[in-house]
Amino acid sequence: MSEAIIAPPISSTGRSLRTEEMIINMGPQHPSTHGVLRLELIVDGEIVVDVVPHIGYLHRCFEKHCEHMTNYQQVIPYVDRMDYVCSMNNEFAYVVAAERLLKIQVPERVEYIRVIMAELQRIASHLIAVGTYGIDIGAFTPFLYCFRDREMILDLFEMTCGARLLYNYMWIGGLSHDIPVEFVPKAKEFCGYFRKQLRDFNDLLTYNEIFVKRTANVGLLPADVAVNFACSGPMLRGSGVNWDLRRDDPYSVYHKFDWDIAVGKGEVGPVGSCWDRHIVRMAEMEQSIRIVEQALEQIPEGDVQSAIPKRIRPNPGEVYARTESPRGELGFYIVSDGTGTPYRIKARSPGFVNLSVINEISRGSMIADLVAIIGSIDIVLGEVDR
Amino acid sequence: MEQFLKTLIGDTLLNHVIIAALPLVFILLYALVAIYVEMKMAAHMQDRLAYMRTGWHGVLQPIADMLKLLQKEDTIPAAADRIFFILAPYIVFVGSYAAFAALPFGSSFIGSNLNIGIFYIVAISSLVVVGIMMAGWSSNNKWSLFGALRAAAQIISYEIPSAFAILGVVMIAGTMNLQELSAAQTGGIQHWMIFGGTLSLMKKLIVIPVMLVLFVVYYVSSMAEVNRTPFDIPEAESELVQGYMTEYSGMKFAIFYLAEYANLFAVSAIATVLFFGGWASPFASAMTGPLWSTFWFVAKGMLLVCVNIWLRWTLPRLRVDQLMYVSWKVLTPFAFACVLALGLILVW
Amino acid sequence: MTPQEISEKLAAKFSGVSDIGLEAKLDAPVDPTIKVSPNHILEVAKFLRDDDDMQFDFLSCLSGVDLKGKLAVVYQLFSMVKRHKITIRVEVPTENPSVPSVESIWRTANWHEREAYDLFGITFAGHPDLRRILLPYDWEGHPLRKDYQVPEFYNGMKVPY
Repeated sequence: MSEAIIAPPISSTGRSLRTEEMIINMGPQHPSTHGVLRLELIVDGEIVVDVVPHIGYLHRCFEKHCEHMTNYQQVIPYVDRMDYVCSMNNEFAYVVAAERLLKIQVPERVEYIRVIMAELQRIASHLIAVGTYGIDIGAFTPFLYCFRDREMILDLFEMTCGARLLYNYMWIGGLSHDIPVEFVPKAKEFCGYFRKQLRDFNDLLTYNEIFVKRTANVGLLPADVAVNFACSGPMLRGSGVNWDLRRDDPYSVYHKFDWDIAVGKGEVGPVGSCWDRHIVRMAEMEQSIRIVEQALEQIPEGDVQSAIPKRIRPNPGEVYARTESPRGELGFYIVSDGTGTPYRIKARSPGFVNLSVINEISRGSMIADLVAIIGSIDIVLGEVDR
Repeated sequence: MEQFLKTLIGDTLLNHVIIAALPLVFILLYALVAIYVEMKMAAHMQDRLAYMRTGWHGVLQPIADMLKLLQKEDTIPAAADRIFFILAPYIVFVGSYAAFAALPFGSSFIGSNLNIGIFYIVAISSLVVVGIMMAGWSSNNKWSLFGALRAAAQIISYEIPSAFAILGVVMIAGTMNLQELSAAQTGGIQHWMIFGGTLSLMKKLIVIPVMLVLFVVYYVSSMAEVNRTPFDIPEAESELVQGYMTEYSGMKFAIFYLAEYANLFAVSAIATVLFFGGWASPFASAMTGPLWSTFWFVAKGMLLVCVNIWLRWTLPRLRVDQLMYVSWKVLTPFAFACVLALGLILVW
Repeated sequence: MTPQEISEKLAAKFSGVSDIGLEAKLDAPVDPTIKVSPNHILEVAKFLRDDDDMQFDFLSCLSGVDLKGKLAVVYQLFSMVKRHKITIRVEVPTENPSVPSVESIWRTANWHEREAYDLFGITFAGHPDLRRILLPYDWEGHPLRKDYQVPEFYNGMKVPY
């Protein structure tokens, strides 16, 4: 092991009472590290002096695997497994990158269906994020409400493509299936139902006094630090930066819809706290519902497979395309050498980048706060480690 | 009860054993029921069904769980301090079981009719802290140690407001004997301590708000003393894995679990005796008698247990420093002010 | 600013530096790229971030690429204020590849550079904590290189499955 962690100098509180720091391992098996993250904590009593994250326990050589595919299409199932909580968004990001490289225009209907799926998946992913965040803070009940509602979204996906978690639904140039006839009314029904649930959920958890006490003022991430660390998604918006790739680096048909970007305003304390990141997720779910409702209204007729190319052989070149996944900026950097095999694919996963800020924002907080901070970053180790 | 046994089998050792064993039987039966009730209540709050397979609506599940725990391998970490590690769960259980000795289960059954009953309970239940500290320290696990230290700080802090709340009731009743305290509250709901006991009507009107505050103070601190959400920071599953219980498995874990539930009933029962008439029937002279009195006592206790369960599955968890804040800066001053006010009212 | 303007401004700014190696490929398929000599990447990066017309405050992605014989590091830069983007690229030989770290300019580069070091073996001079990040600390070799051979055993465990 070439890890060299030099413990900081032993601090002393008071003149006669000397306390020593303790190194404690949080993870890889720990209930609140959301997977197999390992944090090496240097603690002074309950106070966290330093955090050294160790990742890679779930490394599945995604990038190496891609270089051995015989076809760009074959990468999609692997992309699904990167961030298994929001597979649709991963597929979306990859197909946007690949289509930009191939210079394919996809039919309007495909774009609409992709947006609907991506936004529904965003809701499902945020539901897991806020639900497990409740568990991190100690409230178990909201988690099950979240899963109940997420189940309905998964039912919609199942109805469309047969899979509930890993879809392989969006293909380069099209989709694997068109949506079934009953999808549109079912999805509309869900939107109406879910609006009401969101209000209940805010009453139960978001504005709970204890929850606010635990998350406001914790893990403060100033806007300039967030930008310098290239944080994205709710992490960045929670710090008060009005930035959303769906609007600021447009892709697909997002410009056709009317929706707002949720930004942390510091309603209960300083801007950039864990609570702000939480409320951004809650507000984003509401906006996603708006987008889905509009898209369901406007969805045009057409064929979803007409633009799928028979053989995918892009010209030599490279592309970096980024999309807004529930966790933030999900980018794919694809290098093509003119053959059917991708020469190099790098996934810029938002969780990986967002997690790198943890040391910066958790120094000096308590162990309980650290749990709140990890939960508010909303990492999925599958995409952090790829 | 004691008299009845004496006439039946004479004044022998067996007599005492039976008296002592009755609360134990009660704890075991109650724990099975409480686990079932807790799981069912939580499940229905969360839109799910919980146990459905073992027996009618899963009523046999707690028994199955117990059998499972009995069969589990009883592991002791290699680096643990064996003696303390084995001893700790029993000490915790003894602490909560001993408290049952002074609980008045009915008008004719109490383990030991102590004159300083409530004082004894407050004292003996502190033994739990010792057991938890032993468990945390001897496990030789840093998370366990954190849990134990948190538990010690928490339980000791919250004993102060709870003792103040108890003091207020004792001041009105003029006795620390729980049997007498219950007997003083017979004769209908208006005689319950939360409504001022047997004071005159004028004084009652002034005392009721004070008693309500004292009840809240007692109930909140008792929740903290039994380490239940929102005060479950010594276990704090998402932070400390399982706190001081992390390294325990099988039967030892079950005993911790049992002690937790026993403690939960003990504090609820004390709240019942102090504020809600103990075994006294709420309907004046109707539904009284030894069996009814036991029924009322258990029913009231279970009701408070259910309130506790309800809160547990609704609220998030506090942080350590916030927990201390609640104890020292909110509950203790309030309790102190209430006791002062009560004293003035009683003297007046 | 368009990539054309960015490239011209860079060229004007660094015209006095002889081995800057600026090489703009603006008509490249899809992403316009500017190649910079690895010796000067730090200065270029600093200029790109701090200049009032550039303000590239967001290092979106940093990737290593094995070009068979050469290794490249690609920086995807965006400006949140100006809303423009550019791709910067440095190339180093496969033998002892070393690139100055831009961690001091965009701190997000910290983990990206560790990843490039881990998977490509590119050393980033001046990086505060250059350790492997995704692979075990005692892993041998850098898997994303095209000539990488999978080791037979890792700590006594058979690797190819």
